[in-house]
Amino acid sequence: MASYTTSQFKAGLKILLDGDPYTIVENEFVKPGKGQAFNRVKVRNLRSGRVVERTFKSGDSVEAADVVETEMQYLYTDGEFWHFMKPDSFEQYAAGQTVIGDGAKWLKEQDLCKVTLWNNEPLSVEPPAHVNLAVVETDPGLRGDTSGGGGKPATLETGAVVQVPLFIEEGELVRVDTRSGAYISRAKE
Amino acid sequence: MRDDWRPSASRNALRQRANILAAIRGFFAEREVLEVDTPCLASAGATDPNVPSFYVACGGPGAPPEGRLWLQSSPEHAMKRLLAAGAGPIYQITHAFRAGERGRLHNPEFALLEWYRPGWEQHALMDEVADLCRYLLGDCAVERLTYRQVFRAHIGMDPLEAPRQALEASAGGLGFGRAALRTLDRDGLLDLLLSHRVVPALGSGRLTFVYDFPASQAALARLRPDDPRVAERFELFNNGVELANGYHELTDASEQRRRFERERATRAHLGLPLPDADARLLAAMEAGLPPCAGVALGLDRLVMRVCGVRHIDEVIAFPIERA
Repeated sequence: MASYTTSQFKAGLKILLDGDPYTIVENEFVKPGKGQAFNRVKVRNLRSGRVVERTFKSGDSVEAADVVETEMQYLYTDGEFWHFMKPDSFEQYAAGQTVIGDGAKWLKEQDLCKVTLWNNEPLSVEPPAHVNLAVVETDPGLRGDTSGGGGKPATLETGAVVQVPLFIEEGELVRVDTRSGAYISRAKE
Repeated sequence: MRDDWRPSASRNALRQRANILAAIRGFFAEREVLEVDTPCLASAGATDPNVPSFYVACGGPGAPPEGRLWLQSSPEHAMKRLLAAGAGPIYQITHAFRAGERGRLHNPEFALLEWYRPGWEQHALMDEVADLCRYLLGDCAVERLTYRQVFRAHIGMDPLEAPRQALEASAGGLGFGRAALRTLDRDGLLDLLLSHRVVPALGSGRLTFVYDFPASQAALARLRPDDPRVAERFELFNNGVELANGYHELTDASEQRRRFERERATRAHLGLPLPDADARLLAAMEAGLPPCAGVALGLDRLVMRVCGVRHIDEVIAFPIERA
């Protein structure tokens, strides 16, 4: 089993703690001039997203987590699983509801997503930061109002509901930031 | 194009550094303390298991039979040999080396100011450390607390008497695995609690001296004659950062030899490199090291404090990754 010693610790390193995969967020070397050296780290649990602090005796080893970040194309969902494909090898992977989480509402077929694999199983899926989606349902627009003041809810083709300006109409394409869920602009393509 | 040829410190930080070096030399010239310059390469390495040394392959004329020399983790042994030879009060500004120590407050090669005062004990030397720091940093409050006092205040137990179990329980919240806790010896546990829960709170806006360390952490300090459970050793903290470590020096050669052998036994047990005990230092102590107090002060950290920066790389020209 691969492992890392504390001297290899740095932000982004993936390690296994109590059976869960973690990524190191911050690593601080703590040592009295005379005395035992420690590495105090902040780590994020890659399953729960929770950040916790851990301390290691410097020189100790920690098991490496087999975690890789890959880019995959979203194919389709069968309602239970969301299916992705590696564009270079055509290998397919299926991610369940707990892995997809809230990101499902942004997934549009053929979009490229960041899929994190742990032991070759999807651990998390990050949709593209910006997506262009069609409005399938919204109240009729107020013609002539292009001020952008005020807004209204609009349902997008993937099921997500976002606040859009009053002038947006059904059938239009809008560009949305998936991290904040905020409308950015109208989109052409 | 690579840009790692550039210094990591700003021009202003380098200027502050130069000013501090000049001020230190002025401070000691005024007090008639002699500047000395001892070798960075020496035949003996540190035996302290917590001080990892670099060694250098060494051939050619004058090379030792083992074919290697150690980069000094501090100039202490050489300076004590000068003291035994009758040098009187001496100071040195030098680079020292510790393998593997790297972080916000550490670079494996770092700058030390070390000085010795024959005939002084630890409290007189603390006075002078405070004088120098206030001279360089500006006026600020100074306090002195014993190791037991700070430990009781922040951990709620006596470091000399608390049972191991209680110390372990107190360290429970620090995210240290239970199994790993058991691999720490008692001093390791004390270090864990001190460095995580006490030090960050020490010296806030002031100079805080912590003195009378547990005898098990005496290093090269003598034990207190009236209470041998503690050693006449002190450390200085400012804004949660350790700045200096000083001793009322051990002068007893046979006790020194025993400590070296104990440390070497620990090193052997842990499978660490095994430098010989420094025979030249022991010979100097047998010839007679005068009673004295000595202190080492981290120069880079002092410059950090003057510049108001958070990372050691901001005050040294080329940290190890750019060396």
